[in-house]
Amino acid sequence: MTSLKLILTAIGSSRSGLLGLSMVGLHLLFALTSPWLVPYSFDSQSEIIGHIGPSFQHWGGLDTLGRDVLTRTMLGGRQAILITLLGTLLAVSWGGFFGIVAGYSGGRVDEAIMRCIDIFLAVPFMIFLLLIIATYGNDPDVMILTLGFFYGIGVVRLARAATLEVVVKDYVLSAKARGEGIYSIIFREILPNVRDVLLVEAAMRWSWMLLAFSALSFLGFGITPPTPDWGLMIASARIYLPLAPWPVLLPMIALSSLIIGINLTADALAKSLGLDRITRTVI
Amino acid sequence: MLQLIARRFVFALVTLWAVSVVVFTAVELLPGDACQAFLGQMAQGQRLDNCRSRYQLDQPAQVRYLKWAKGLLAGDLGQSIKRDKPLKEIIGPRFRNTVILGLSAALLGIPMAILLGAIAALYRDQRVDIWISGIAIFCMTVPEFITGTLLISFFAVWLGWLPGIVIMRADAPLLEVLSNIVLPVITLTLVMVAHIMRMVRTSMINVLASEFVLMGNLKGLPRWQLVLRHALPNALLPAINLIALNIAWLMGGVLVVEVVFNYPGIGRLSVNAISDRDFALVQAIALLMASIYIGLNLIADLISLLLNPRLRNQQGAG
Repeated sequence: MTSLKLILTAIGSSRSGLLGLSMVGLHLLFALTSPWLVPYSFDSQSEIIGHIGPSFQHWGGLDTLGRDVLTRTMLGGRQAILITLLGTLLAVSWGGFFGIVAGYSGGRVDEAIMRCIDIFLAVPFMIFLLLIIATYGNDPDVMILTLGFFYGIGVVRLARAATLEVVVKDYVLSAKARGEGIYSIIFREILPNVRDVLLVEAAMRWSWMLLAFSALSFLGFGITPPTPDWGLMIASARIYLPLAPWPVLLPMIALSSLIIGINLTADALAKSLGLDRITRTVI
Repeated sequence: MLQLIARRFVFALVTLWAVSVVVFTAVELLPGDACQAFLGQMAQGQRLDNCRSRYQLDQPAQVRYLKWAKGLLAGDLGQSIKRDKPLKEIIGPRFRNTVILGLSAALLGIPMAILLGAIAALYRDQRVDIWISGIAIFCMTVPEFITGTLLISFFAVWLGWLPGIVIMRADAPLLEVLSNIVLPVITLTLVMVAHIMRMVRTSMINVLASEFVLMGNLKGLPRWQLVLRHALPNALLPAINLIALNIAWLMGGVLVVEVVFNYPGIGRLSVNAISDRDFALVQAIALLMASIYIGLNLIADLISLLLNPRLRNQQGAG
């Protein structure tokens, strides 16, 4: 608990970090509570079909099918946030584990893992993401597994680099001398010391995964309508943008504010931990 | 030096071979084959067998891989059953269009990103930097399809200056392609500039804090000379690899941008191929994109080898 408090204070100590953290926090709070807050049902249509601008009954206006835009925007992030959060957790877990094993073991194990990673990095993941979803369907578990796999590849490299800096330290050596097993050393000596790096990376991965997820929805491979989803809402309403901007603008602001919030938080976290995240690659 | 370059080449080729195995196996592992996808509802009994024997899908996987690989080495990508055409004819013009799009964005974006990154670093935490970095974060975090849509509604619908979506044949002449790509190029450039600019900024800040810059300063070198001749080249060195990785990563973004603008490139083709379950086409495009990635990485490695005198003697590097 104290470490969580430390991290939060570290982020909150800068103005942009505080802003980012509160944006993310509000989004999470909203995602949890919005089913009880929304004024309408996500699929209920008004008697007037067609684009109607904001009014007292419908603050965010109506979309093409006469559905309340505000309601759908409030609900539209729930699936995306849940899937990408679990996907990020998966990515950082498997990527972090293999990266630490590679960095700690060195030698042949390291070589084998890193060559595999080089190969996987070269595979165009967007095509395979679409291919897998097209084949196995867009169930949340399929998406979590595929997103988690592809976004974990880059984590391996990073975790390995961070581990290489830690394994030479005396406390690892003394743990080895005490005769502790590899898993004990990995989880009790190395992991606590590469945790910060992984945490910042997880935040970044999360924001990239949200972008990719909205792109999937946009391409028609994400959430199935009529379930409200930001990417899907933008995709279906964007051709009417010059005539009726509100069905596009509201989900757009929601999506962007979440991603900007995550970025600001990650930046502030990296800065206060003394990590330099900007020089890291996007892959 | 030559040995080091040769090693990088061999390494790139081995990676490419391994990627071809991964791509082939991954598509192979998915349920259904090209004949089932092609015949759809009619995929049963004699008809399915006939199709499979005609396209030699009844042979074991390793035989088909060898045949595919042999064809690739001879420059033959294979045949699309669904589209009933050699893949080379389908991919060729669209690949050219994507290269034109990517190259224009890179030629426009990279110098701009370096310039902005250097300016932001020089005026670190001052108003100019805050504006540049703030806009960069915004460009990085707004999905490409939103930027594209906003650009369309502003330049095409409001002002009516440019065509909103691209309506042209895949094999249109070069001039027609160039007149159509303004908005897609801007969309791609915005994201690219944002990413690369942030790297250049960080790298430049590190260099500006180093001792040789302080030395130059104390020696009384003119500021522009110090920045342009001493600091910037050293700041760009670590950024080269990252720029290459970024460009390769943008290939994923190209996919969305091409769909937004209806641009006949390889990204939109891959989305169509996946929707049609045209496996041969998907395999070919995936391998093509992988080779671009590997090629760009190789080029970046070689450039940094050539530019960095310290790396030249490090035999074990890699």
